[in-house]
Amino acid sequence: MCLAVPMMIAEITEGLAICEVDGVRREASLMMLEDAAVGDYVLIHAGFAIERIDPEEAEKTLAVFREVLDAGGGVEL
Amino acid sequence: MKYSSEYRDPQLAKALVAAIARNVEGFDGQMTLMEVCGTHTMSIYQHGIRSLLPTQVRLISGPGCPVCVTPITYVDQAVAYARRPATIVATFGDMIRVPGSTSNLLREKAKGADVRIVYSPLDAVAIAEKNPDTAVVFLGVGFETTAPTIGGSLLEVERRGLSNFFVLCAHKTMPAPMIALTSDPELKVDGYICPAHVSAVIGSDAYRPLAEQYGIPCVVTGFEPVDMLRGIQLLVKQVVAGEARVECEYSRIVKPQGNLKAQTILARVFEPCDAEWRGIGSIPASGLQLRAEYQKFNALSALPVEVEEAKEHRGCLCGEILKGKVTPKQCPLFREACTPEHPIGACMVSSEGTCSAEYKYGG
Amino acid sequence: MKNDIILLGHGSGGKLSHQLLDELIIPILSQVAQSEQNDAAVLEGITSSRIAFTTDSYVVDPIFFPGGNIGDLAVNGTVNDLAMSGARPLALSVGLILEEGLKFSELREILTAMKAAADKARVKIVTGDTKVVPRGKGDKIFINTSGVGVFDHDLKPAGNAAKRGDKVLINGSIGDHGMAVLASREGLDLQSEIVSDSAPLNALVAKLLAEYGAAIHVLRDPTRGGVATTLKEIALQSGVDICLNETTLPVNATVAGACAILGLDPLFVANEGKLLVLVAAEVADAVLVTMQGCEFGEQAAIIGEVTDVSGGRVMMRTAIGGLRAIEMLAGEQLPRIC
Repeated sequence: MCLAVPMMIAEITEGLAICEVDGVRREASLMMLEDAAVGDYVLIHAGFAIERIDPEEAEKTLAVFREVLDAGGGVEL
Repeated sequence: MKYSSEYRDPQLAKALVAAIARNVEGFDGQMTLMEVCGTHTMSIYQHGIRSLLPTQVRLISGPGCPVCVTPITYVDQAVAYARRPATIVATFGDMIRVPGSTSNLLREKAKGADVRIVYSPLDAVAIAEKNPDTAVVFLGVGFETTAPTIGGSLLEVERRGLSNFFVLCAHKTMPAPMIALTSDPELKVDGYICPAHVSAVIGSDAYRPLAEQYGIPCVVTGFEPVDMLRGIQLLVKQVVAGEARVECEYSRIVKPQGNLKAQTILARVFEPCDAEWRGIGSIPASGLQLRAEYQKFNALSALPVEVEEAKEHRGCLCGEILKGKVTPKQCPLFREACTPEHPIGACMVSSEGTCSAEYKYGG
Repeated sequence: MKNDIILLGHGSGGKLSHQLLDELIIPILSQVAQSEQNDAAVLEGITSSRIAFTTDSYVVDPIFFPGGNIGDLAVNGTVNDLAMSGARPLALSVGLILEEGLKFSELREILTAMKAAADKARVKIVTGDTKVVPRGKGDKIFINTSGVGVFDHDLKPAGNAAKRGDKVLINGSIGDHGMAVLASREGLDLQSEIVSDSAPLNALVAKLLAEYGAAIHVLRDPTRGGVATTLKEIALQSGVDICLNETTLPVNATVAGACAILGLDPLFVANEGKLLVLVAAEVADAVLVTMQGCEFGEQAAIIGEVTDVSGGRVMMRTAIGGLRAIEMLAGEQLPRIC
């Protein structure tokens, strides 16, 4: 129900961020986030950053899968 | 796209498809998993996920497209505002083709109404600022993901001291209809694929009553194909094992408690109310209305308009489709009277509606 | 008073009209001397027994966008329509509908782009017409171009000529034009480096037909409605099923990013410098190499094949191995949040 795209914060001025993904830039409000910083990846929905993307959690999810692949699919998911 | 492409890896997807097949080995019944988010519906069709699942796993679509569940009266109200002199109706593109009783916004636009499609409600605020003598009515639809963006925009309207910005508010909230569907004896859902971005705001703990009191497995998952398949796999495992708990596959975004700052904005601007769901009926405490101190932004009370009497199309099975009771192909209007070019029901008009997705991608 | 904007009088047929024509339009677009101007252009020395004839109107908003403007778009579009029939584009007409108030400087830029595009495509602009409509009755400028082309061969590539086993090729990335226009449209506030792919494809087509002849079964440019809609049309016209392969479909990352933000599918986004070629399987690899060696074909790819001769269906094998159906675009694709 809710389209949102991961974008990187490129600039911040007064609660507004310029966010970027693959060469496309769009302004977004940071009203819903605590302490967002340039370089953070955030999820943009309707011109608002609705959540920060947690790089460790992202890596953790993928790591589980990679382990399975490396084991030739033999490890139980 | 970082944080998207990794989750489209065909190798990972294939491993997950194989895992799902292993997980259902020896399971001789059929399990019904319901996704309640239109973007999940789209993703399932777009990536051809159904074609990859074993016969024991059936996916059905629930009431998670905000456009589809918005009652026809709301569209009629929007049309009435479009016809109001010196009024700009600002909306997300999703609403523009939704059929009302006798018209829709696209038609009103063709007849001269000032209807503007925006990407963000803040763009609508900018339109209001640029047109101080014109009332700007923003169509506030959507679930907990979108509602805070409208709430935040109203705080911005207040800060800028604008008096010509109004919201036609029909926000809905999520766990309530899932619980309502659970108590429908005709409908048997074995597991819920919980919405991804709604959960970013409300948190995955919001589904615990469903799992703990109603015994239905819940998995919060993202929209990329690997997310989808992993979510389905986790559900399949729970169903096969006879377990029911809330799991979160989408932990890079969704926290158990959700986004507290977004929740604060919601609580400041809105309060829960009973809401009418198109095709489903009224569900207690499943909607959001503006709080007393924000009523001045409520289009309906600040700018009253006369609205035509609502007329639902006969024969349209959207209600049953939204509940997951019938599939689009079982509706007599599907592909015949009801097509994306001439939608009759809301499930066809929204691009993420079940019928539209089935028409576009189903084959 | 400065002569810097279009006035209603510029369309009156009188003195102002002549001034506009003689001082701006003809000097840029045409080499025809005033003494030779008549009511109709006469094309001489055509020996071809078949002639291709097409027309198209251009109403794009905004009229200037990254990678081009309405002028070169109007020339390339008609050149490409002729080329898709297998014809060699020869001459174009240009109908200009100008809105009162259009800046001369903008008109000059548009005409200059038309001339450059015509030169690039080696076609002549031989006749034209200019009208002015009152402010508010048009949108700055509308352009109609018609074109004639001749055939240097007996080949008849057509939308109904796809055969079982044919490979589907495209000459490059999809969705560039539509997204360039959308991103530069007021209100969406997307900044990007997306550039329209507007280009003449007649040289590329001529080379393919000269080298592969009757093995080229279908030539179509996937403009409005995008690749999905055009392939569906071909499938229906030829009575065949087509299966696309998602992993080989060329999409620029920036276009994919902009599409993701706005909730659009690049398969349905317009192209203005792309062609779909359906060829006999045995020459497909050679055709691919030829295309990649041509201007506007560097990013060519084989994106699918004709799998069957019945249904008129278009399917796509998704990157993760799933299968999905592709339908025609229904209505305009609108930015959405859901």
